[in-house]
Amino acid sequence: MVAVLERLGHTVSFPQAQTCCGQMHYNTGYQHDARRMMLHFLEVFRDAEMICVPSASCVAMMREHFPKMAADMPDASVGREVEALLPRVYEFCELLVDKFRSVDTGASFPHTVTLHSTCHSLRGIKIGERPMQLLRAVRGLTYVELPQADQCCGFGGTFAIKNADVSAALLSDKVRAILDTQAEVCTAVDNSCLLHIGGALSRQRAGVRCLHLAEILASTAGASA
Amino acid sequence: MSVKVGQAAEAPPFAMAARGLLANAQLRHNVRHATDMIRARRAHAVGETPDWQQLRDSARAIKDHVLLHLEAYLEQFEAACTAAGGKVHWARDADEANSTIVDIVRSHGATEVIKVKTMTSDETSLNPALETAGITPIETDLADLIIQLGSDKPSHIVVPALHRNKAEIRRLFMEKMQLPELGERAEDLAAAARRYLRERFLRVPVGFSGANFAIAESGSLCVVESEGNGRMCISLPKVLISLVGVEKIIPKFGDLEVFLQLLARSATGERMNPYNSIWTGVTPGDSPQEFHVVLLDNGRTGVLDEPETRPTLACIRCGACLNICPVYRQTGGHAYGSIYAGPIGAILTPQLQSMKHSRSLPFASTLCGACYDVCPVKIDIPEILLYLRNKVVKGGGAPVGERVAMKAAARAMKNGKRLESAQKLVRIAQKPFVHEGRIERLPGMLANWTRFRDLPAVPAESFRQWWAARERKETK
Repeated sequence: MVAVLERLGHTVSFPQAQTCCGQMHYNTGYQHDARRMMLHFLEVFRDAEMICVPSASCVAMMREHFPKMAADMPDASVGREVEALLPRVYEFCELLVDKFRSVDTGASFPHTVTLHSTCHSLRGIKIGERPMQLLRAVRGLTYVELPQADQCCGFGGTFAIKNADVSAALLSDKVRAILDTQAEVCTAVDNSCLLHIGGALSRQRAGVRCLHLAEILASTAGASA
Repeated sequence: MSVKVGQAAEAPPFAMAARGLLANAQLRHNVRHATDMIRARRAHAVGETPDWQQLRDSARAIKDHVLLHLEAYLEQFEAACTAAGGKVHWARDADEANSTIVDIVRSHGATEVIKVKTMTSDETSLNPALETAGITPIETDLADLIIQLGSDKPSHIVVPALHRNKAEIRRLFMEKMQLPELGERAEDLAAAARRYLRERFLRVPVGFSGANFAIAESGSLCVVESEGNGRMCISLPKVLISLVGVEKIIPKFGDLEVFLQLLARSATGERMNPYNSIWTGVTPGDSPQEFHVVLLDNGRTGVLDEPETRPTLACIRCGACLNICPVYRQTGGHAYGSIYAGPIGAILTPQLQSMKHSRSLPFASTLCGACYDVCPVKIDIPEILLYLRNKVVKGGGAPVGERVAMKAAARAMKNGKRLESAQKLVRIAQKPFVHEGRIERLPGMLANWTRFRDLPAVPAESFRQWWAARERKETK
């Protein structure tokens, strides 16, 4: 992500104090802990011009749940801070396509790639065609559509642990769909789903890699040739 | 008051029930096949309805309004129904509803009741209550008949026998209806059921139904169905008893315009249900001559109390959330240990039962959001799941191991330094488990991850460290 943004001429900073948006805690029922993480997040990113987030589910967490958590707090200034933060939060594809109008990132990736449309990118932040647009502009890349791409991979945060068998059943459908495409690489805009799908592909020694969309856009393999 | 939701009190936690069901390849094939078919039909029917989103908004607005003024509308319904010759009974819980119904049937000396498909009577476990009282309930909906003959449990709100296929049903009919021969086509099975039921429709003096909608202004009830058995049950017997959850109220007859469009398309992908029956009180010379409505609370007013959970009661039981749910698609309905399965069951059951026996249900979802997208009354099910999860955790219902792990993670996330130290610790701790950059086996709770998936090892240098090193280089 840093490589892509810098190649496009932007300055990236990484506040070392940052940790987590609190999604895992919030979604598992530990909203008390999530609230503290939100406050830390607000503090760390208070002065950032634009906040680029490489996982759609984190963006969905901020947009859907930060305002609600803030509304439950006695200090009204938290709500104002959330309000001031949210317009500056961009999922990676949103930043490239909507804000920077950089559909062509100058990337080159001579491989066959399929895209898993993650639940939170699709239904949470309504990312639409943006990831496909970015992929189609990559030189050398062959894009193959994933059948039933909008089906959940079964990760669901702690669901993968608490309901491991059902999670694995969902994952098995997802892996079957990916293998059916004959793609070399499966990409997505959520690290958590990629960890889940990649974990199964690795376990099955399927020989298919999982890469975040940013990793593909960062690639300039054979571009100068 | 004791709230009953079928046999849910004795059900095992979701993960445990699901584990067994996942091993049943036939069931999974049946559920996948059926849900895929209904999903495709629904998508087509919704796609050709240009004002779908407006209909959803209208339906939700009507439901929200009713839920805020429920008492007044229920009283209006009672007055109108009574004026039209009906008799209204109020039941606080399942037992009260069942005993009211048993008393009415007994007062007519009847030993049989013909039933229209109703989830609400499954909720109150009416059939066992009738049987105990020496009354035989006869299910007339084809799917419910299959369930009843097979001593099975419903697995779907709309299509209760969705987990059974044609071959299984044929075997069951041959055995239970004592048919030496029976064709294999769906038509043959339907014809057998028709012959079996027809005679009962004509014989049994008491009919029983639920209701999809109860209209406050006129005291009317509305039942929609596909087979015509419902129309038989509500029109042939001398006595009709209807069990209705208090949330089924809509203010006006005109409101049906919104709900009938949404329900048919969402439930079965049809533009209109084949049979839409609406009746009001009794009409002299036209059976039935005695009409009873039992209005059921059974935990519903508790759900009403909290604004966060109140939208649960807007549900019109279309089952679209079940059909779209990736979790339901794998397990089918029985994993939910309740007659209300799928996403709506995962929020409804634990609320009706005061979270006692169903703490695992709010966690039986990946929060993928598909249910919210298809819900015709726009219930934000993921949002309510999160609210209920928080309630479970606050009530001390989370496993100890999880609580400790979440606490530790929260502490590590306090600031960047702590997170970095935690990463360092993990890097050391993972050493015995890493082989060629991946982890294939982990102890404790994490074994639930590695049973099915590998985990990449935490790299030697984190992004955080890489970034710090880069900045040091730049400032030199």
